[in-house]
Amino acid sequence: MQDVKEFKPVIVAFCCNWCSYAGADLAGSNRLAYPADVKIIRVPCSCRVNPMFILRAFQRGADGVILCGCHPGDCHYSTGNYYTRRRMSMLFSMLDFLGIERDRTRVEWVSAAEGAKFAATMNEFVEKVTALGPNKRLEDLRCKQ
Amino acid sequence: MQTVTTKSLCERAASLLGEGTVAAVLGWKRGEFDYDLTPAVFTAAEELTEGFIYNDFSGANLSKYLLKKTREIDGKILVFLKPCDTYSFNQLLSEHRFDREKVYAIGIPCSGMADIQKIRKIVGEGITAIEACENSLLVHTLYDDEPISVSCAEVLTERCLNCKSKKHVAYDELIGDEGEVLTSNRFDEVEKIEALSADERFAFWQNELSRCIRCNACRDACPACTCEKCVFDNPNSGVQSKAPGGEFEEKLFHIIRAYHVAGRCTDCGECSRVCPQNIPLHLLNRKFIKDMNETYGEYQAGEYDNQRAPLVNFSLDDPEPSDVVKGGFDRA
Repeated sequence: MQDVKEFKPVIVAFCCNWCSYAGADLAGSNRLAYPADVKIIRVPCSCRVNPMFILRAFQRGADGVILCGCHPGDCHYSTGNYYTRRRMSMLFSMLDFLGIERDRTRVEWVSAAEGAKFAATMNEFVEKVTALGPNKRLEDLRCKQ
Repeated sequence: MQTVTTKSLCERAASLLGEGTVAAVLGWKRGEFDYDLTPAVFTAAEELTEGFIYNDFSGANLSKYLLKKTREIDGKILVFLKPCDTYSFNQLLSEHRFDREKVYAIGIPCSGMADIQKIRKIVGEGITAIEACENSLLVHTLYDDEPISVSCAEVLTERCLNCKSKKHVAYDELIGDEGEVLTSNRFDEVEKIEALSADERFAFWQNELSRCIRCNACRDACPACTCEKCVFDNPNSGVQSKAPGGEFEEKLFHIIRAYHVAGRCTDCGECSRVCPQNIPLHLLNRKFIKDMNETYGEYQAGEYDNQRAPLVNFSLDDPEPSDVVKGGFDRA
């Protein structure tokens, strides 16, 4: 008898260097558990994330993409995350318009002191994406293994 | 039928050429058939009388061609702009894409352009010639002895059915009367799709976008798509080819294409007009325009030449992305 393989989502988390990446670090040093399915990509600022990055992550096999940055007002570059907020609002709304499940994308503001929030957010996000199942609507068959 | 004649525009252009005000004229000429007019440059009065045409098929937005032509040609260029083209003109101007001093813009009235696909649906294939009458088009075909009369209103392009403005927002000279900004129902179609369930929306777009042949016509005709190096031309991008296995390419291409012009798109409808597969691409652009209007305040790209587009701007109390998707788009 073959075991039915449990679905393990692949989550890509874009984390800004100044807040959220440090927040993830803090979660680690505090030994807070969050799923190993989360792959963190460090970016200089959340507004470095081009909408193409998010779609490309889905193309290459991500089941969910989360973008973490400094809280509005706390951006290391003063205003970067305000632009992120508008850009991602528009992108996510468009993905929703195309019928792509909206729980697969998320933006969360995590400061360097919020290790606990980082872990909690990731746990919650992974749970939601696991419930949705594998990403079918934005998959690229050429990238399947 | 258009309210100004080819002849009157020709005469005005020829006199401006003759007195040396302009060195070239940007207009339309006949393509292979009566209904596929293409943008063209005329440099002599004889060329104008021979080739220049303005009729119900002069849909092409000429403002984009100014980018190249103002650099190639010494002296001023005369350009004919329909009301919706003037918005693109203004938008390009505010992005400093061409030198205003090198352009002589003539605003011309437009009573809406005809859609050849709609005409084909009525008269069938084998169209040999199309003549314009008062309120109708006389279509000659290979199979009918008598020309078939089609009413202009019946075959208007989708964008003209929802015309947003008859007003010219930029010109040096105006032929005909000053029009007005209209109240259009251009977001109705978007709202209809928004009202569907996620599965239905997915199926709708899957059906539309999977027809895409990646000819890039939508990009090439778009007056807002003016990057000299396009992200889709990069062979290492992995998005250059049409994949036989799935539709990811098309989704990515069309989301990003619409995204790259979001906030700068004047809703001129060129993308849908040039699409050989009849994909309603303008709906993606309109969705962005609608979202931005609802979330960040009313904004019409190209209305003035010094505005700040919503996506290169922000305010401290913008809603969070999760709230934007919830607000108005939340469906079970």
